[in-house]
Amino acid sequence: MKFGVVVFPGSNCDVDVYYLLRDVLEGDVEYIWHKESELHRFDAIILPGGFSYGDYLRPGAIARFSPVMQSLQDFVEKGKLVLGICNGFQILAEAEMLPGAFCRNTHLQFRCSYVYLKVENTNLPFTREVGTGQLLQMPVANADGNYYVDEVQLKNMHQNGQVVFRYVDKWGENSPAANPSGALANIAGVCNKRGNVLGMMPHPERAADTLLGSEDGLLIFDSMLKYLAAGKG
Amino acid sequence: MEDAVYQQMGLKEDEYKKILDALGREPNFTELGMFAVMWSEHCSYKHSRKILSQFPVEGEGVLQGPGENAGVIDIGEGMAVAFKIESHNHPSSIEPYQGAATGVGGILRDIFTMGAQPVALLNSLRFGPLDDPRTSFLIDRVVEGIGGYGNCVGIPTVAGEIYFEECYRKNPLVNAMAVGVLPVEMLSKGAASEAGNLVVLVGARTGRDGIHGVTFASEELNDNSEEKRPSVQVGDPFMEKLLMEACLEAVRKKLVMGMQDLGGAGLTCAVTEMASRGGAGMEINLDRVPCREEAMNAYEIMLSESQERMLLAVKDQNLEALQEIFERWELPYAVIGRVTDDGMVRAWHQGEIVISVPAASVAEGAPAYKPVSREPAYYKKRRSFQEVALTPPEDYHEALLKVLFSPSVASKEWAWKRYDHMVRTSTVLLPGDGDAGVLRMRGTNKGLAVTVDGNGRKVYLDPYRGGMLAVAEATRNISCTGAKPLGITDCLNFGSPENPEIYWQFEEAVQGMAEACKVLGVPVVSGNVSFYNEAEQSSIYPTPVVGAVGLLEDVSACLSMGFKKEGDLVALLGNGDLSLGGSEFLKVVHGEVAGRIPDLIPLQEKLLQALICKLAHQGVLSSAHDISDGGLGVALAECCMAGGLGADLAISNEGMRPDQLLFGEGPSRVLVSLPEENLERLEKIAGDYNVPLVVWGKVQANNLRVKLSSGETLLNMPLSQFT
Repeated sequence: MKFGVVVFPGSNCDVDVYYLLRDVLEGDVEYIWHKESELHRFDAIILPGGFSYGDYLRPGAIARFSPVMQSLQDFVEKGKLVLGICNGFQILAEAEMLPGAFCRNTHLQFRCSYVYLKVENTNLPFTREVGTGQLLQMPVANADGNYYVDEVQLKNMHQNGQVVFRYVDKWGENSPAANPSGALANIAGVCNKRGNVLGMMPHPERAADTLLGSEDGLLIFDSMLKYLAAGKG
Repeated sequence: MEDAVYQQMGLKEDEYKKILDALGREPNFTELGMFAVMWSEHCSYKHSRKILSQFPVEGEGVLQGPGENAGVIDIGEGMAVAFKIESHNHPSSIEPYQGAATGVGGILRDIFTMGAQPVALLNSLRFGPLDDPRTSFLIDRVVEGIGGYGNCVGIPTVAGEIYFEECYRKNPLVNAMAVGVLPVEMLSKGAASEAGNLVVLVGARTGRDGIHGVTFASEELNDNSEEKRPSVQVGDPFMEKLLMEACLEAVRKKLVMGMQDLGGAGLTCAVTEMASRGGAGMEINLDRVPCREEAMNAYEIMLSESQERMLLAVKDQNLEALQEIFERWELPYAVIGRVTDDGMVRAWHQGEIVISVPAASVAEGAPAYKPVSREPAYYKKRRSFQEVALTPPEDYHEALLKVLFSPSVASKEWAWKRYDHMVRTSTVLLPGDGDAGVLRMRGTNKGLAVTVDGNGRKVYLDPYRGGMLAVAEATRNISCTGAKPLGITDCLNFGSPENPEIYWQFEEAVQGMAEACKVLGVPVVSGNVSFYNEAEQSSIYPTPVVGAVGLLEDVSACLSMGFKKEGDLVALLGNGDLSLGGSEFLKVVHGEVAGRIPDLIPLQEKLLQALICKLAHQGVLSSAHDISDGGLGVALAECCMAGGLGADLAISNEGMRPDQLLFGEGPSRVLVSLPEENLERLEKIAGDYNVPLVVWGKVQANNLRVKLSSGETLLNMPLSQFT
C-alpha cells in the first residue's frame, strides 16, 4: 500500500502530510515531483495544501498544467484514490476532476481557524470510519475557500452523494456563522461521481495528533488505509 | 548653495573625508553610492554600536552572536536554533502591505541564510489610535502583508503583540521575527574566504526597485516621504519559497562555502560584507547579473534592493550540482565573479572597471558616534506623579471591562486568524493559548517557546527600568510555558539619535536591558536598531522590542494559561514590585501616562522563572500565566476566558488599595492553577527556590469572584461579560 504526496512549486503542506503518513500512520509514502508522470506504483495520491505557483493568476490555475496532472487522470480512471486538501482541492477543481470552482472568501481575508464538519456521505473510501452523525473538528487556512457550483450541478451532486462535508456549528447546525469562507451551501468538501476523488478545504493532516489539539483528521486517513487494506484499491 | 552629491546621499562632510582617505582618491558616483548605503544608520549602526557593546553576547551554547544574519544557539543532540528580529517601520508607514510583507521576507532569508529551516514567524506592531481611519487602513494592510507573505511561504506566524498609542500615529512600527532550526553541522555563514571560489547570484532578477531604501530608513518621516514610495520593495513570496527550498538543499548537500541574502543595500552589502567577513576580496562582472529591466547602470545594479535574492560562494567542482538544484526549482541564477585575496571589491560593467574599493572600508569602515545625551524634561515631571491622589473607581466591574477591552489589551484574534499559525503541523500552543507560542521539534521530544514583548509606554516613563522590564517580561513569558529561556534578539525602535534627549532614552534603555540580560543569564545573539522613528518633530515612545526563544526538553509538558479543571487551586507565585505608574488602567480609566515604573529585582525574577520551568517539568501545575498589562484583573479574566472556567478567590489586600491590587502592574508575578493534591509538592519546590507562594482559592464554573480580606467583594461577574 503506497501513498504519494505531490510536490508542486509552492506546495507547503506536503511535508505535513508526508510526516503524518510516515511517522504517525507508519505507512509507505513518497514525494512525487510535479514533473513526474509515472504513477503506477501508488495506490493513493494526495495533493497537499499550500500556494502552488504562489496562487498567482488563481489558486490551482497554473498547477493544473503540471505533467503529473495528466497522469493523474489515468490514475483516477483506474479507480485509485486521490485526496486534494485545500490548494489540492482547488487544483482538482481547476483540472475539472471535481465539480465547482472557488472565489475569494466573502470577507476577503485569509482565515485560519478550527471548524466543525458534518460528514454527509460516510460510504466513501475516505469517510467509511466516520461514525454516523459524528462531527469532525479540524482547521481551515485559506483566502479562497468560497466554493461555488451552479444549481443544476449542485442538484446532481446531492443526488449522487457528492457533497461530502459541510461547515456546521458545534451543535451540528448548518448556520452562516459556521461558514468560514462564504462557501455555497456551507460546502467544505466534495467528491467525484465515482467516489474515488475527494477534495476538502479543511486540513485533516493538521488534526491528527493529540499534541496539536484534535485527532479527528486521522479518520480520513484511517478510512483510506482500511479501504486499501481490504483490497478495494 | 545646493548640497553636494554626498550630502544628497545622506553622508556628512567628515564621513566623506573618511571615504577620500580610504580610497586615496575621489570615489566615482557608484562607489559613493555604495559607501552612502553601507554607512547609513540602518547598515552601519554608527550611532548605536558603542552602546550596544554593553549587551552580553556570549553564553552557554551560543554558536553565533551578533554580526551575522542571525544568532544561533546550540540546543543539544546536534541541533541548533537560529533567530532574529528586524524592523520594517518606514516602508510600512508609506506602503503598508509591501512594507510588512518584505519585512517578513527579509527576516526569513536571514534565517535560511544560516542554513536553518524557518519554523516560526512572530511580529510586534505599533499603531496610532483606532479612531483614525488611516490607522484602520494601516492595520488592515500590514496584517494582510504579513499573512500574504508568511502564509504563502508556509511558515506559521505563531505569536505577536499589537499596541495602540498616540505616538505611533504617524510612525507605526512593524517588527518581524523569525526562528529556524538546523543541525549544528549545517551552520552556514555569510563569509567568502577562499580565493578562487565562484560567486553565484540566485533568485529574483535585479530591478530598479528599492534603490536607497536604507537611506530612506535612516531619516525622519515627513510630508515628502510619500515620494519615497519607489524606495519600498515589492515582495514575491513564491520566489522566496523556491529560493528557500533551493538554498537549504544546497546547504544540506554541502555545496555552499558562504551565503548571504541581499536585503538592505542589495548587492553592495552582500558583496562587501561577505568579502570583509572572510578577510577576502571579490571581483564581479555586472553584465552577468540577471536584470529585470533593460539598460540598468552599475549604480542601479549595485544599489537595487530587489527582494528574494541570495549570493553564494561556491567551489568550482560544486557548481554543476548547484546548477541542477537551481534549475529544478526554476530559479534564475548567474556566476557573477570570483573571490579574491586582496581585500578589494572590483566590478566590471560593459567592459570597464566601475568599482574598486576596499571591502572592509565599505562594510565596516563607517565611523562610530557617541552623540550627546541629556535627561529629558518630562522625565522627572512624569515620575513625580502621585498614585495616592487618584480617586478609586466606583465600579470595579466597569473598570475591569474598560481595561480588558482596551485595544492594546483585548484579544488579537482578529489579526492572528489572518495568519496561518498551524502550517508545518508543529504549533502546540496556538496564539492566545499561552504566554508564548510553543512548537514541537519533529523527531524529538523537545519544543521551542517563542515570544516578542515590549511596552514602549513604560520605557518612555523610565527607560532604564522599562528596558529591564522588557527583557524580564519576554523571558518570563517563555518560562510560563515551562521552557528555559535560551537567549534574546532585540529590535530597538527609537527617534533620532541626534536629539540628545532621545539618545539618553536609548542609552538608559540599553543599559537596563543589558543589566537584566546579565543577571537572567540570557545572551543577546542578534538584533536591529531602528532610529529616526519620528514624524513632524514628534518621536515615538522609545520602544525596544525583545524577542525571546526558550527550550522545552519535553514539549508535552508545556503549560498554557487557561484554567483547566473545576476545583483546581489558584495561586500566586512571586511578589514583585507593583505600581499603577505607566499601567493600562492609569491610561484607560484615568487618562494619565505617568508615574513610577516598578523596579525589577533580577535575581528574584530569575528564581521565579527557574521555578516555573521546574514545576512544569515535574507536572505540578495545570496552568501558568504571567501577570502583565492590565494587572491581576486582566490576567484572571484571560485565564478564565482561555479555559472557559471561572474562579472563586479570597485575596489579602493588606496595605494596598483595591485598584492597586487589581490593576497594578509589575514584574515577577505568575498566576498558576494546580490540582489540590499537588499543593504540598508546590510548597516544597517553591520553598527550595525561595519564591513566595500564596493560595487564593479555586477554579469554578462560569463566574469570577474576588473577595478581599477587608471583607468587600471586588468582582463577581459571569464569564460571558469578558467577551
